[in-house]
Amino acid sequence: MAELEAVIGLEIHVQLATRTKMFCGCELSFGEEPNVHTCPICLAHPGVLPVPNEQAIRYGLQIAAALECEVAPRSIFHRKNYFYPDNPKAYQISQYDIPLATDGRLGDVRIHRAHLEEDAAKMVHVGESGRIHGSGASLVDFNRGGTPLVEIVTEPDLRGAAEAAEWARLLRETVRQLGVSDVNMEEGSLRVDANVSVRPAGSEELGTKTELKNMNSFRFLQRGIEAELQRQREVIEAGGRIEQETLHFDPRSGDLTPLRSKEEAHDYRYFPEPDLVPLAPTEEMLREAREALPELPAARIDRYEAELGLAGNVALTLATAPATAEFFERTLAAAEGVEAKVVANWVTGELAAALRATDGESDAAESKVEPAALAGLLTMVQEKKISHGSGKAVLASLVAEGGDPAAIVEREGLAQISGDDGELAAIVEKAMADNANAVERIREGNDKAIGAIVGAVMKETKGRADGGEVNRLIKERIGPG
Amino acid sequence: MSELLELGVADTATKIASGEVSAAECFAAWREAAAGDELNAYLWSAEDGASEEPAHGPLGGVPIAVKDIFCTEGVPTTAGSRILEGYRPPYSATAVKRLDAAGARLLGKANMDEFAMGSSNENSAYGPVLNPWDRTRVPGGSSGGSAAAVAGGLAPCAIGTDTGGSIRQPAALCGIVGLKPTYGAVSRYGMIAFASSLDQCGPLTRDVADAALLLAWLEGRDPLDSTSVGIEGGIVPPHREDLRGLRFGVPAELAGDAVDAGVREVFEATLARIEQLGGELAEVTLPNAEHGISAYYVIAPAEASSNLARYDGVRYGMRSEAGGDLIEMYETTRAEGFGAEVKRRIMLGTYALSSGYYEAYYGQAQRVRTLITEDYVGAFSEVDFVVTPTAPSVAFKLGEKTQDPLAMYLGDLFTVPASLAGIPAISIPAGLAEPPGGGPRLPVGFQIAAPAFAEQRLLDAAHALERAIGFDARPGGEDG
Repeated sequence: MAELEAVIGLEIHVQLATRTKMFCGCELSFGEEPNVHTCPICLAHPGVLPVPNEQAIRYGLQIAAALECEVAPRSIFHRKNYFYPDNPKAYQISQYDIPLATDGRLGDVRIHRAHLEEDAAKMVHVGESGRIHGSGASLVDFNRGGTPLVEIVTEPDLRGAAEAAEWARLLRETVRQLGVSDVNMEEGSLRVDANVSVRPAGSEELGTKTELKNMNSFRFLQRGIEAELQRQREVIEAGGRIEQETLHFDPRSGDLTPLRSKEEAHDYRYFPEPDLVPLAPTEEMLREAREALPELPAARIDRYEAELGLAGNVALTLATAPATAEFFERTLAAAEGVEAKVVANWVTGELAAALRATDGESDAAESKVEPAALAGLLTMVQEKKISHGSGKAVLASLVAEGGDPAAIVEREGLAQISGDDGELAAIVEKAMADNANAVERIREGNDKAIGAIVGAVMKETKGRADGGEVNRLIKERIGPG
Repeated sequence: MSELLELGVADTATKIASGEVSAAECFAAWREAAAGDELNAYLWSAEDGASEEPAHGPLGGVPIAVKDIFCTEGVPTTAGSRILEGYRPPYSATAVKRLDAAGARLLGKANMDEFAMGSSNENSAYGPVLNPWDRTRVPGGSSGGSAAAVAGGLAPCAIGTDTGGSIRQPAALCGIVGLKPTYGAVSRYGMIAFASSLDQCGPLTRDVADAALLLAWLEGRDPLDSTSVGIEGGIVPPHREDLRGLRFGVPAELAGDAVDAGVREVFEATLARIEQLGGELAEVTLPNAEHGISAYYVIAPAEASSNLARYDGVRYGMRSEAGGDLIEMYETTRAEGFGAEVKRRIMLGTYALSSGYYEAYYGQAQRVRTLITEDYVGAFSEVDFVVTPTAPSVAFKLGEKTQDPLAMYLGDLFTVPASLAGIPAISIPAGLAEPPGGGPRLPVGFQIAAPAFAEQRLLDAAHALERAIGFDARPGGEDG
């Protein structure tokens, strides 16, 4: 049997961080007393009508722009009809055949569509299962009901669980940087469902898919998809067939259990929402949405890799922390003659570590270190005015108290000791004499023994010597082996 | 005292404004009349001891009957349904607020067919309304309580809602004026939805001038209703006295329709009257109007099936005592709370929207709707108005059509097309006709439809025609 290839598409619900709900004036909230942010409209009293939230539309347009989607000139709101206590109108206002945006892309994954809708209220099922079946009672908190959502649906372009989780992280970062959502998976402001199927590698046809719900972290997303892929492969390899169903992920056990058909089997009887006119964004709204876009993570990663030659993981680290990336770019601009990847490594490596080592503050942009100061430091290291080790010491000083690196070097006497002025040569010779044993072993061909001598030199110079230079001086004195 | 009850909206407001009579005195007189309601026109009427605060605004102190489909803060609002028994809305409809801001005072909540579904008012959970002209007959529906209250001397004016004729037809059957404005002219906020793409609020009054006066305060863009736009330029009192230069289209299709002889006679006499006033008659064609009823009885129930799904016993209104789990509670509450006609339409609409049938029913009905709208656009390129009888017959007997829903639906054939096209239409009393089978003569309505947002022209023409007709019969009057 041919190997079975994973085919994964994601459906992401993004709660928009607007001030008020999608169709009424109630404020959005999280973690407040139940049912304090409600009104006749979001409680679906008789006679009320929805009025679309303009800010939500603008945020939706920004997401559409960030995902490089086509925006429909007139998109249509539909009613999705179903009875459930979290849905007081008994229909959700969503979009159906003409969504806000279609045909986009993020990274290597195509976006099928993105549309606006309203969130359901929050159900609390009292009882052990935490789900409606088997619970003693169910309570409804309408604070969340009517929160604006953008639902993003990808094409089935992902080929593995880890890839899916990584892409979802990129999407979260993208939306976060737009500033349109809190994108907090635990709080539910970002919710990711996965459509999972397998097919013989190389096949163009799609296998029967299952839908995975309730994976409230990227780790669970990955684990849930992995578990489901394994299950599907086992079923097919045993000659079975995959049933189209919705599976609920239990983060405690890692199990996927089918949702009961009563919760699931719906004919939603979609029809155009007669209480709303078509959503026709003006040219100005479209332009504003495009102009509001910051440089998004995917673009930044591309630029850092292609133009600056950064390694993929470093580019990713910077792209997901835009303030740090900004700090990096300012440092790079000031650090003449220093390679971008050196600057990037210092920013994401030494500086990040030094910041973490202080009081857990790890944001370079918020620290006492000025980009110009770091640039000065890196230039001194580059020009071998100080050693790498001294550079780290100066950086620790900068993190602690800020200031000018040249002054710190001066004050601490960290200027590099070089072989040319004889001082270093003398220290090297003394270290060799003190470690005759090591010199002997080097002569016998054990290159590793050089470490003991270098260590002694570093100790003596308090790290002010350049490691490469110390090596060279030792080898010169031992002669070709 | 009783002479106060003879006055319409404009005259009442003038009398109060001049200080000839106080608003409280006026309200008390009307309240007493409403309290003596023998027609079952009201589901609720104002308590004794009305506000003594002085009248203000252009409708200062004028009492008004409001169809029970409009939410009124703190005042029972049932839409004629058992399922909303005991419901007191936490807010008021925009139409109610606008009238209140103009100085009108809520006299009572008028009976109606349950959720505005019906043409006879026999579908009210709280009993049928009786026609003041003949209490063995229906007042029409669904705004039957509003129409009977105005015609029966229980209110100087009323507002109702019209989805497929629910203002115009009861106005016709009760011998008063009923106006359905253009869809979007008046806010729907707080008007309990039946069929959202068709529902529209309008006045039921004794004469056209009063209808204009109420419309002037009702219309307007409402930020709470995305589909509302108001009427550009507003509405001023109608003053026209002739119809010179105006063309009235009579649909050719009318000839074949089953219109009662008495109604046809009054209709033709009214056409002659139009010519006497200098108006011109022309034949127009509305070839798709004959499919109006079919399309309407797909679209309206479809929207209703969704609009009425919120009545589940969870948050407000009645809840079945039967117990059981959530689904059973939904089911028993809805089984006990809704009447037969409402259930019939919910089932029709649910079916029409269901997967696999949507295109054949809802999709097709929407296409018919578009064709009918285009028919009117075509007609209005040749004429200023399209005129028909409002209803094919005079008021029928209580119970006469209750066993035959289809016959009842067919009574809407002249009113439904304008609803589907979203255009304004008015019914004015045009005369009396003997019902088939004999008996005292009953009012006949004449319907005038105009292009979208041409309410001013429509009111002007209706006013001129009304003056010429000089309809002054009263229930229990000449024949009664």
